Amino acid sequence: MGDTNKETIDSIEAPIYLKYNFTAGLAPARFLSHLKKGILTGQRCPKCDNVYVPPRGSCPACGVATETEVVLGNKATVQSFTIVSIPIPGNPIEPPFIVANLVPDGANTSFIHLMSECVNEEVRIGQRVTAVWKPEEEWGFAMDNIRYFKPLDEPDIPVELIGHLSVNGEEG
Amino acid sequence: MDIDICIVAFSQSACLAQAGAANEVELIMPELEAVYRQVGISNAQDVDFVCSGSCDYLQGAAFAFVSGVDALGAVPPIQESHVEMDAAWALYEAVLKIRMGHAESALVYGFSKSSPGELPIVLSQQLDPYYLAPQWIDSISLAALQARLMLDRGIIELSDMAAVVASSRRCAIENKKAQLSGQFSVSDLLKEPEYVSPLRRADCSPISDGASAMIICTKSKAEEWNVPFARLVGIDHRIETHNLGMRDLTTSHSTRLVAEALSIHSDSLDIAELYAPFSHQQLILEKSLELRPETDINPSGGVLAGNLMMASGLSRVGEVFDRIVDGKASRGLAHATSGPCLQHNLLAILERG
Amino acid sequence: MSILLVQFLRVEGLVEDLFLQKEYELGFTYTRSTGPVVGKFLTGLKNKKIFGNRGSDGRVIVPPMEYDPETFQPLNDFVQVSDAGMIESWCWVAEPRPAHPSAVPFAWVMIKLDGADISMIHHVVTDEPSRVVTGARVKASWIDQPVGLISDIRYFVLEK
Repeated sequence: MGDTNKETIDSIEAPIYLKYNFTAGLAPARFLSHLKKGILTGQRCPKCDNVYVPPRGSCPACGVATETEVVLGNKATVQSFTIVSIPIPGNPIEPPFIVANLVPDGANTSFIHLMSECVNEEVRIGQRVTAVWKPEEEWGFAMDNIRYFKPLDEPDIPVELIGHLSVNGEEG
Repeated sequence: MDIDICIVAFSQSACLAQAGAANEVELIMPELEAVYRQVGISNAQDVDFVCSGSCDYLQGAAFAFVSGVDALGAVPPIQESHVEMDAAWALYEAVLKIRMGHAESALVYGFSKSSPGELPIVLSQQLDPYYLAPQWIDSISLAALQARLMLDRGIIELSDMAAVVASSRRCAIENKKAQLSGQFSVSDLLKEPEYVSPLRRADCSPISDGASAMIICTKSKAEEWNVPFARLVGIDHRIETHNLGMRDLTTSHSTRLVAEALSIHSDSLDIAELYAPFSHQQLILEKSLELRPETDINPSGGVLAGNLMMASGLSRVGEVFDRIVDGKASRGLAHATSGPCLQHNLLAILERG
Repeated sequence: MSILLVQFLRVEGLVEDLFLQKEYELGFTYTRSTGPVVGKFLTGLKNKKIFGNRGSDGRVIVPPMEYDPETFQPLNDFVQVSDAGMIESWCWVAEPRPAHPSAVPFAWVMIKLDGADISMIHHVVTDEPSRVVTGARVKASWIDQPVGLISDIRYFVLEK
């Protein structure tokens, strides 16, 4: 090993660590502050009426600010899903588990969340689910105030209606 | 140029030390709405091409430049591009697009949310990754090494640097978007303690959050929109080696090369807006461009009054445009820079329509 | 019915504008390939030697460059230079930033090493800041067990 100093170097470790003070954005901050109170909200586009969740402050389709906030229901529809068979580093959830694109009633876009209390093999597009919230004392400014979504005993929603339900779960 | 390119709209936000919660979309949208209003269009669907300039490392938000597209109204899909540079280079790309006949109009914007990070340290990571980036030498220290070379060689004196700052602060009194302004004498400024010697804090541009946007188009499109315009009669850029030791840091070789390529005719410039993030760099640029005393330099206050990293270069062009359409100038020069110690420089010449 | 269930909360109305922020660290844990030219320099450092190479105009460039910025020719003519030299430019950092290589006040310097024609950037640590001037002589202080990084030179010190 005495000759290791003579070896030619062909690569180096060059780690970069940068510290930031991340800011949520005005619209996401309002969304998160509602979540802190146990309310899921979206924002409505004044032009096309689409409701976005989580809101980013604009309608990406129309390019206008979305300033009207809309309270959404706890119920949602599965737009797409996957069964994950590997653990998430640092997350206690045990595989296999379901990660799904869910459209809450009253919104036109989906967000990603977990599904539980379900038979994985029976999860399907169009399935109705409802939010299972953590106990109120654990609520923070975070999406995981909702622990997961669980199936509802309701008829499936036809694919063409997913993302087009009113906040009470009715068509349109 | 075979195709006359015109600037028809410009808007810049205030330069804020801290834009609060606003995210990139929320910073960009008001400026986009302002330029749409100036030409009477409703969104990015009404232009042929969109190009933006930004750097996600500034705020540490991965793909913030993609999120920024949410401000555009990109349904149905639009022709869109991005440069990880100051938006002055996004303007350059848009100019090429129009000159090639692929577009008649273009929206250009840049945004800066620098406050969440430590900007001078973030910028250290754009340096050569073997010899310099691992030393974490910040942008202010590199500029200080450059200023020292000039002072040691008797090219400038500290009072010359302070005079640049005093002029910037004074001009910025008229600029509602400025972050720093006021009446300061050279002797007052020299009484301030050194920061990274030989630089004082006032010699360094502040860190600012904000955005700017511009619309350019062919002359026929400008006439169709029936809006006042300035002609962009020349735009070009040059870059120097990343090896700071191999450059003559006391001058700007690349700026000279662009000026020659564009034939800027410095004797007929009413105004010049220079992107000099440090006071001594304005002196370098004035000399390299051979600016005359008659030319009004940085009437906006320049970036010492507020520096929207990744948008300030575009804003320099916008400041010249504003003064041409207001009738305060007939011919002006805008300069943008990128990289350490004025490594990369872009010039644009604007003339009354 | 649905109208009763939908509430519209105006932005300025029921919810205060919150400035939510959170400190976090972004990490990029890259391993970088050096190529032969940078590799030669870093291998030299590991052996407490400093190598440069000759540019097309014959000037000795330290640290070495892969290509000549004027002629674009690949550069291979390596030359060992001294680990001592002269300060070409400097700035004093009275309040080091956390990322900086020194926790105590220090000077960033451009140093022309003896045998080199191009100056390199590194830093000087000294308890005699007034002696940090252009033209001052400095010498590398090496870490005990160099690994082949620019930080193998702990810092430069002023020669007596």
